[in-house]
Amino acid sequence: MKLFKDAGHLFRLAGVFLLGTLSFLAIRAFVVPHSFGQYGHYRGAAIAEIAAHPVHFAGHQTCETCHSDIAQTKSAGKHAQVNCEACHGPLAKHADDPSIDPGKPDVAVLCVRCHSASAARPKDFPQVDADQHSGGIPCTTCHQPHNPVIAAGGAK
Amino acid sequence: MPGVEGFMYPNEISLYWSVLIVLYPFITGLVAGAFILASLERVFRVEAVRPTYRLALLTALAFLLVAPLPLQLHLGHPERSLEMYMTPHRTSAMAMFGFVYLWYLMAVLTVEIWLDYRADIVALSNSTTGWRRWLYRILTLGSQNVSERALHIDERVGWLITLIGIPSAFLLHGYVGFIFGSIKANPWWSSPLMPVVFIFSAMVSGIAAVMLLYMVLMRLRRQPIDMSCVDTIAQYLLYIFIIDFSLEMLDLIHRIYEADESFRSLDFMVHTRLWLSQVVLQICIGTLTPILLLFLVQVTKLSVPVRKRIYVVSGSLALIGIFAMRWNVVIGGQLFSKSFLGYTTYKMALATREGLLVSIALTILPLVILWVLVKLLPPWPEKRHAPLPAALAAD
Amino acid sequence: MNITRRHLLILLPAAAVAWESVLAGTPESSPNYTMTEHWWGMLIDIPKCIGCGNCVRACQAENDVPDGFFRTWVERYHVNDWQLANPQVISPDGGKEGFPSVAEDPEGKYFFVPKLCNHCADSPCTQVCPVGATFISPDGVVLVDQKYCLGCAYCVQACPYGCRYIHPTKKVADKCTLCYHRITKGLTTACCEACPTGARQLADLKNPADPIHAFLKTHSVQVLKPQMATGAKVFYNGLDGSVR
Repeated sequence: MKLFKDAGHLFRLAGVFLLGTLSFLAIRAFVVPHSFGQYGHYRGAAIAEIAAHPVHFAGHQTCETCHSDIAQTKSAGKHAQVNCEACHGPLAKHADDPSIDPGKPDVAVLCVRCHSASAARPKDFPQVDADQHSGGIPCTTCHQPHNPVIAAGGAK
Repeated sequence: MPGVEGFMYPNEISLYWSVLIVLYPFITGLVAGAFILASLERVFRVEAVRPTYRLALLTALAFLLVAPLPLQLHLGHPERSLEMYMTPHRTSAMAMFGFVYLWYLMAVLTVEIWLDYRADIVALSNSTTGWRRWLYRILTLGSQNVSERALHIDERVGWLITLIGIPSAFLLHGYVGFIFGSIKANPWWSSPLMPVVFIFSAMVSGIAAVMLLYMVLMRLRRQPIDMSCVDTIAQYLLYIFIIDFSLEMLDLIHRIYEADESFRSLDFMVHTRLWLSQVVLQICIGTLTPILLLFLVQVTKLSVPVRKRIYVVSGSLALIGIFAMRWNVVIGGQLFSKSFLGYTTYKMALATREGLLVSIALTILPLVILWVLVKLLPPWPEKRHAPLPAALAAD
Repeated sequence: MNITRRHLLILLPAAAVAWESVLAGTPESSPNYTMTEHWWGMLIDIPKCIGCGNCVRACQAENDVPDGFFRTWVERYHVNDWQLANPQVISPDGGKEGFPSVAEDPEGKYFFVPKLCNHCADSPCTQVCPVGATFISPDGVVLVDQKYCLGCAYCVQACPYGCRYIHPTKKVADKCTLCYHRITKGLTTACCEACPTGARQLADLKNPADPIHAFLKTHSVQVLKPQMATGAKVFYNGLDGSVR
């Protein structure tokens, strides 16, 4: 018993540690988010939060439900695989409320982004030196963007 | 792009770990090193270093208290840092470090200091007045038992804790090394030698720091420096320095000889952006010079004043060298692109949260804490109370 | 006539139903989405990439990516025949505004490499997160819980591909979500939607009808830095050995 008496301060110290550990566990139970560990070592609710971010690109399926005529034109030509918003930009707001004017893309910038000649582009991809090719005349003078082949009746 | 040479992945241009993350392994290293010096006396019975035993423990505590601060300040959301304890991710070295830190602070260092100082604390709780009396009273945990047997138990338990403390100190700093060494994406860091190099460099810095602090404090107190103590410390410093340097050279030679896909890129970096901090500062000034100086003391008979000067110079150079080593690991590891095609530049800010002024403040802060600790718990032998040496003698 | 959304609902019920499901928030409430039925990745067909930068711009518009940081970017490689291990690479502003035109190089080749998070199955970034703020979702997408992230940047250091960054104002880790808010609603990612040549294709590896399976069977595909053993799920067709 003498040992216990002389080691009393050590038991007090152990008590302090026990108290610390218990309060840590109590705080932990209170603070950790409820959905933590739902699917793995993370907050399960985060998945739904990320999935709820707003959409800006409506997707060509949505465009085509209204603009079926243009989808038709496009499907016959070389731009068949180019989605609407690749050129027109993100238009979810317009899909949500058609009264919002989507604006017209700037042809001077748009066409050359893909079609200006560069040895870095794939060889089979149609590309031109814009100045030589048209001498500054807008591309849409001859090409209809939704079906750019001139023989297909694109020239205005 | 200013400061960029060659090609960096676009997200790599700015550095994500700043000078604060350089400071963090530096400070943690001082803790581990100081503790290992203290354990020399306690476990390995190197009686010559007795005068620095308590000082080394207090130094370790002062730096350990500051160690998490640079981490906190660099976090984007410091207010969320407790998540590391609430939902620690088992596969993350950083999360586990949190627990190693807590274990070391709470279970090892604080308890060892408390046990060692208990007799003094009890005496002080009776001899002081005012708020200090209350502070010491709380520190006694309400037990005034300083009987010979109680102190004998303290001595045995303290010895046991130091024994646990040595691997804990290794673990503490080895883990810091592992945080870097386990990143396979970064060839400058990824190395199983990293934790070992970190431990030995930590011992170098910690021992050098305690040696310097002891000499400075003795000077301030106008007390004679115990030369046999400082000579012994310098001897250990030399041995560990040689091991540390050998390990670092092993790592370097291994890299040069293997010359894997990252080698050309890293080699270029060492010869350009890291030349000053790595080759000049870390290796030549911070490692080879102090090793030569300390070696000189071993092989020649030098007078006491010369030895003192050599110790001060080589201790300071060692600290500079180890700081440069941390810098080269942390900053160097972010200067090259993981594409191995380019390099970026680190520009240290001045007055921002991660800037120069904050890092200077964080370097000074542990010294302030140490000053407070020394005032509260004087580590000097003449203020020790009678029962303790008696208990030691009885052991 | 001023067409409003109400009119649209009456005029085109099918479109309206499709769009309503797009706008519906959580994956649970998207009636046809079950996380365990999907395992997402992407196919990148390098010979098809023309370096227009559409994907980079689309990503920034869709995900509000801060200036100077990139969830996806495009690199242009220039590899000299004699210097296969030492390519010249550029990515001006992540390739957002395309690349300067170049003339044919008789001694070398040029090509573009779009990059994004590889949504690794054994991701080194989620491994090192100290708190569980970044994780692999049950459908195989590497995500960041920005309400939980400390901003310690350990994951940024651990990513071998440079796909992560610390958001300059939110001060948390940010990265490609594979447009998780879109793919859980049956849409493709913004970058794939905007890619004019089909060089990028979202792939659901758990869907047996996904064209990715036919493609993988008939082509030599590679992932980036396979030596890192990250289980990367962005597959590259026609990847040159000089790419890193």
